[in-house]
Amino acid sequence: MRSGIGTRILGVATVASLALLAVMALVITPADVNQLDAVRLIYIHVPMATVMYVAFGVTALGSILYLVPRTRAHKWDVLAGAAAEIGVVFTGLVLVSGSIWGRTTWGVWWTWDARLTTTAVLFVLFLGYLALRRVGGDPDARARRNSIAALAACIDLPIVHKSVEWWRTLHQKSSLLDEETFLHPHIHGTMYWTLLLGIGAFLLLFSWLLINRYRLAKLEDRMEDQGLERALAERRAEALTGAP
Amino acid sequence: MLRDAAVMAGKDLRIEMRSRVATNQVAPFALLVLILFAFALDPDRGVLARAAAGLFWVAVLFCALLAIQRAFAVEAADGARDNLRLSGLDPAAIFLGKASAVAAELAALEIILGAGVVVLYNRSLHGPGLLVVTCVLATVGLAAVGTIYGALAAGLRVRETLLPLLLLPVVAPVLLAATRASEAALGGSPADGWPWVRLLGVFAVIYVTFGVVAFGPLLEESS
Repeated sequence: MRSGIGTRILGVATVASLALLAVMALVITPADVNQLDAVRLIYIHVPMATVMYVAFGVTALGSILYLVPRTRAHKWDVLAGAAAEIGVVFTGLVLVSGSIWGRTTWGVWWTWDARLTTTAVLFVLFLGYLALRRVGGDPDARARRNSIAALAACIDLPIVHKSVEWWRTLHQKSSLLDEETFLHPHIHGTMYWTLLLGIGAFLLLFSWLLINRYRLAKLEDRMEDQGLERALAERRAEALTGAP
Repeated sequence: MLRDAAVMAGKDLRIEMRSRVATNQVAPFALLVLILFAFALDPDRGVLARAAAGLFWVAVLFCALLAIQRAFAVEAADGARDNLRLSGLDPAAIFLGKASAVAAELAALEIILGAGVVVLYNRSLHGPGLLVVTCVLATVGLAAVGTIYGALAAGLRVRETLLPLLLLPVVAPVLLAATRASEAALGGSPADGWPWVRLLGVFAVIYVTFGVVAFGPLLEESS
């Protein structure tokens, strides 16, 4: 099963947009007055955080679609798992890039700020989900278990967020999704467009990774099935010839 | 449905009363945790008394893990799980029953732990109303979410290691909110505690509802 032409075009577009992003972020955009070159981290940090949310959104959606009897199909569980894996990788990257950024601007690697803490909890929540996915068993039971676990984790997120937000808040406000600043961004023109480009490029990357991870999972399933069939056929042949 | 839940809870509590695992193992473990905290934190400099609320809830979480493992270990032997499925009880009632039994055990443990904190950490209790409401709501939330994950992990080969990894991050808000609310009560400023109590209430309602809905599909699985 080779990748389709669409996937390959997507791959090329991803690489091209990431290359363009690198040029825009490192060369064309100016350094910040206060943060100097450290501000360039925003062009990967924010896009990676976006991918993280989108990925876990896909996981939640896949899990719901699996649990609703009318749309129940094995592929939704596979999709949820593929998205969660990518989501966990990007959550890790968000934490690392955020730490580096925090070290240069706040002077500390880590601070118990609301969004940092929520992200850390999110990371552990979905590490647990991935661990659960690796536990074997009957495919139907597994998929049902996975979907319920994913949803139980997802409905926890708003509560975690609210609780740590009350607990303490230090993080700078969201750069893009603040209603007031969305239409009147307070960041410099090229910086704004580069950030949007970054988000677009990383979403392309996410789609490309998701398609490939999904196909890999399907191939793994198929290999498992065929391995089982072959083993059955071999045992049957042994029984017929009467000798091992 | 509520009668079925009461039957279920009665069965679980009766097993605990007769096997004495909770009284002979979990409760002493709770006290042991309190003593270990005293070794880890210097009791002379008042660190223990100041951290008492947080330590109390961490100890409750550890005990909750044991109680939940235990609640599903009793269903593992002799195909009890299949019997449960065949019993004709509504899955929602089974969930409510098991969760109530876990909640009752946790409540008893909290009383022991609370007494331990008062005696060992030399912390006097203030704001009893806030404390009681906090304990009740946190216990309901812990029991509900614990029962969901307990059923999820039951029957898996790796359940002992998987359950803490799955459960502890989910109950992080409970630890946070219950600790803040208890601190407010003990510190004599109950007004600061009520928003946290609301959060605990929301958590409890969400996971009780989720469990009632999700327990049917969870019990169906046959692995």
